[in-house]
Amino acid sequence: MIRGTVHIETEICKGCELCIAACPQDSLALSSNINRKGYRYVELVQDNCTGCVNCALVCPDSAITVFRQSKSAVRKIVSASV
Amino acid sequence: MNTITIPDEMELVYSKPETITDTPLHYCPGCTHGVIHRVLMEVVNEMGIAEQTVGVAPVGCSVFAYNYMNIDMQEAAHGRASAVATGIRRVLPEKYVFSYQGDGDLAAIGTAETIHSVNRGENILIVFVNNGIYGMTGGQMAPTTLLGMVTSTTPFGREQSAMGYPIKMTDLVAQLPGAYYVTRQAAYTAATVRKLKKAIEKAFQFQTRKKGTCFIEVVSNCPSGWKMTPIEANDWLEKNMLPMYPLGDLKVPKE
Ligand SMILES: Cc1ncc(C[n+]2csc(CCOP(=O)(O)OP(=O)(O)O)c2C)c(N)n1
Ligand code: SF4
Ligand code: SF4
Repeated sequence: MIRGTVHIETEICKGCELCIAACPQDSLALSSNINRKGYRYVELVQDNCTGCVNCALVCPDSAITVFRQSKSAVRKIVSASV
Repeated sequence: MNTITIPDEMELVYSKPETITDTPLHYCPGCTHGVIHRVLMEVVNEMGIAEQTVGVAPVGCSVFAYNYMNIDMQEAAHGRASAVATGIRRVLPEKYVFSYQGDGDLAAIGTAETIHSVNRGENILIVFVNNGIYGMTGGQMAPTTLLGMVTSTTPFGREQSAMGYPIKMTDLVAQLPGAYYVTRQAAYTAATVRKLKKAIEKAFQFQTRKKGTCFIEVVSNCPSGWKMTPIEANDWLEKNMLPMYPLGDLKVPKE
């Protein structure tokens, strides 16, 4: 499985939860903490993100940056497992 | 710009475009205005036309769009954005010019400007954000409000006998000879956002042909005006708005 991760700008996040609904991996959830504006922000709660970008596409506040395992890293893992 | 370090062995696959400023959006949580702003600006950024693009902001919740889109912007009086865009494009014919308008703006007070701008075949892109309500002023009924839909001025639901039918502006303008590309899109799921981006790309490319007006309706939400959570609003949009405002192309140019 391709591995990815997200960076969430927690001070920008308004806790609308649209990214949580859009994530096919259930990787995201609302934090029990709040940000300076008083919103419960979203955080990555499982280490199973694939970097599919769905969450970032539906985020109205552009709070999400997405990363994915680079091709060279994938190659390294593949060659290590053969 | 906040700096974010790329995690080890990872590459960046998605980040906000440079054409979106770092100013926090004033929109309510979950409002699709933010998504549509970003998709528009992604296209401008990827086409490398930020210096050649002029946007016209409306009156409505998106009145401050010029604070968020990092390009030349002009504010227009309520409903007049397509007329203002007409002027800009005629004076600066090599610029890419778009107006960004809500349904209260475009389909109520600005109906005449909209119809005549398209009928004249102005070489502009009109982005029509249809959330079926006047968001900014407190959720009053708009011409696009669905029959039976509860708003602050239709507390028992919009009733046809007194308030008429919801108006399908996109279907109307598609009939006009000046319309070159007319499509109805949405921005409430990752798949609809991807399609919206393709439509906006086409519309910007078509502008250089100078063959007429491009018109993109984006069926949108207004969680605050609809009195729903953003997730409920998007479900409601799919079940109620889309049957009335079905997605797809209404007019595509013959190549
Ligand atoms: C000439 C004039 N008439 C009325 C208003 C009040 N007004 C401000 S925004 C608005 C409607 C906005 O609704 P819409 O275009 O649907 O945008 P939304 O806020 O839903 O994004 C109205 C009637 C105004 N500002 N100027
Ligand atoms: S990138 Fe995809 S898998 Fe990862 S958190 Fe976002 S939606 Fe979930
Ligand atoms: S009132 Fe409606 S349209 Fe306006 S910002 Fe809030 S949710 Fe968006």
